[in-house]
Amino acid sequence: MEGETTYWQENLRLIFICLAIWFVVSFGFGLLLVEPLNAIRLGGYKLGFWFAQQGSIYTFVALIFWYSTKMNQLDKKYNVEDQ
Amino acid sequence: MDELRLYTWIAVGGTFGLYFFIAWWARAGSTSEFYAAGGGITPLQNGMAIGADWMSAASFISMAGLIAFLGYGGSVFLMGWTGGYVLLAMCLAPYMRKHGKFTVPEFIGDRFYSRTARIVAVICLIIASVTYIIGQMKGVGVAFSRFLEVEYDMGLYIGMGVVFVYATLGGMKGITYTQIAQYVVLITAYTIPAIFISLQLTGNPIPQLGLGSTLADGSGVYLLDKLDMVVSDLGFKEYTTASLGSVEMIAYTMSLMIGTAGLPHVIMRFFTVPSVKAARQSAGYALVFIALLYTVAPAVGAMARFNLMNTIEPAAGQNLVYDERPQWFKDWERTGLLKFEDKNGDGKIQYVADSTTNEMVKVDRDIMVLANPSIANLPNWVIALVAAGGLAAALSTAAGLLLAISSAVSHDLMKGVLMPDMSEKNELRASRIVMTLSILLAGYLGLNPPGFAAGTVALAFGLAASSIFPALMMGIFSKKMSSKAAIAGMCSGLGVTMLYVFQHKGIMFIPGTSFLGGMEPNWFFGISPNAFGSIGALVNFAVAFAVCKVTGPAPIEIQQLVENFRTPHGKIADAHGH
Repeated sequence: MEGETTYWQENLRLIFICLAIWFVVSFGFGLLLVEPLNAIRLGGYKLGFWFAQQGSIYTFVALIFWYSTKMNQLDKKYNVEDQ
Repeated sequence: MDELRLYTWIAVGGTFGLYFFIAWWARAGSTSEFYAAGGGITPLQNGMAIGADWMSAASFISMAGLIAFLGYGGSVFLMGWTGGYVLLAMCLAPYMRKHGKFTVPEFIGDRFYSRTARIVAVICLIIASVTYIIGQMKGVGVAFSRFLEVEYDMGLYIGMGVVFVYATLGGMKGITYTQIAQYVVLITAYTIPAIFISLQLTGNPIPQLGLGSTLADGSGVYLLDKLDMVVSDLGFKEYTTASLGSVEMIAYTMSLMIGTAGLPHVIMRFFTVPSVKAARQSAGYALVFIALLYTVAPAVGAMARFNLMNTIEPAAGQNLVYDERPQWFKDWERTGLLKFEDKNGDGKIQYVADSTTNEMVKVDRDIMVLANPSIANLPNWVIALVAAGGLAAALSTAAGLLLAISSAVSHDLMKGVLMPDMSEKNELRASRIVMTLSILLAGYLGLNPPGFAAGTVALAFGLAASSIFPALMMGIFSKKMSSKAAIAGMCSGLGVTMLYVFQHKGIMFIPGTSFLGGMEPNWFFGISPNAFGSIGALVNFAVAFAVCKVTGPAPIEIQQLVENFRTPHGKIADAHGH
């Protein structure tokens, strides 16, 4: 089985990428790195503050749609679609 | 009757009429329709229904107020209550939809091939849902008493009556279509005042952008900078950097995220869509609809705080004279949620951080959203709309919770455990009876709120985060996870969390029974009881994996079951057909 990736492994890899981004924008930019990021401005927003109260939420929405599209392709590739 | 009350009656009466019409139009005929709307809801519709189901009186009324006073610290609610949907969309919903059952305890019972696991899950679900519902019932009572000036009790009865009609008649099908209407009502009611206020303050009609804009007074100063300056001059923490402490914020955010993903009344919405693909998509749509409110809330919070400070002290040193206070100030004083005490006897209002000289002795956080339109001098029809929106938020969440409770009792306990040979017709009748009883119980608890009402939301999230979420995750991602291990994990996660909450807040929140005291120095790594669900979840995972290592893996047919629900196609072998 070496070298052969399965549907489930590809799914896990996608989830891992998505959750890494999920973690970085919220816990990373919004909480842990908030002080250095606050030195940068986005209009009237301090950047760290913006990630905590706006940016992370927009990223979450984008992540779910991206994952959903990728999974639809994966379902087709492995021919495992439900009707 | 004055103009405001007339408008409010029209808005509330009109929306209630609409909910009744939808309930009659979408009444349920089978258990499948009653529990899961026959699996025929489109992802877009489901997303909207989830939005209304999820956004409760707490999101609509309390959250912006919390943010207004916590500033940056309020971010835990914004990230925590949205981030959970990413976990739902990727880690839970698609596989649980594939498995194709009606309830969360049923999934846990099947996956862990154990009646005990199913019963443990039912207990967690009932405690979490009942504690949650008390808050909704209180919200309904408060909204009626403040805006329509009927008695709190009467308001509660009206709310119970409305939920009773459309929830028992329509089950999941009726509730889903009603929630779609309720979503539209609540999001309109939330954003219209926000747009007005953003325009007034910054000239930008989009609140999300207005919050990052300069003030419209021609000074060229950014709104947030001005707010930072005003609050720190008075001795409060700077708005955009006020933190709750790093560890606390991380633990709190994580608890709310995994608690959200583990709340049964949200998960069961994903059983209403026709396919696995639709389950993933509806999580995305749900978050879009939720984000519409959640990205406006920070603007509402900051602008409400700004307006409040500005009303009391229009320019540094020029404090508002108490006798010249505006009408909204008097209205809220009458409710006791706003209190002034002239400590230095100068007849003016001083609002500062130092509690010895502060004269605004009480500013209840919950009044911010409701008082916001009047503080900003918006027309009466906007205020009427906010009343209808608050009721829509509370009623839609209450209905979803009632359905989760009634399906757990009638489907999991009665049909699943006590009377397996019950006919579908009887099960449908049983679930309607259970739902009626749940409404009566919720109403009773709303009329006689137990002393622990304030702590209950923390408990609901703590329970979901420390028991249900880890069990579902391990059930899906670890094929070998066995029933013994899962039950040991759920019980220890739950136990640790409950112990921590009770030892700091009192056993069942009874004052005086807290054996470690609610004091911050005694908190484990400075983590508050509200944020402890994430630690409980870690304990759950650790115990489960350890027990699994010692007692051995799940049987081979269960591992095949897991293989099966991990891929979208094909049927699940059904042990007890529907």
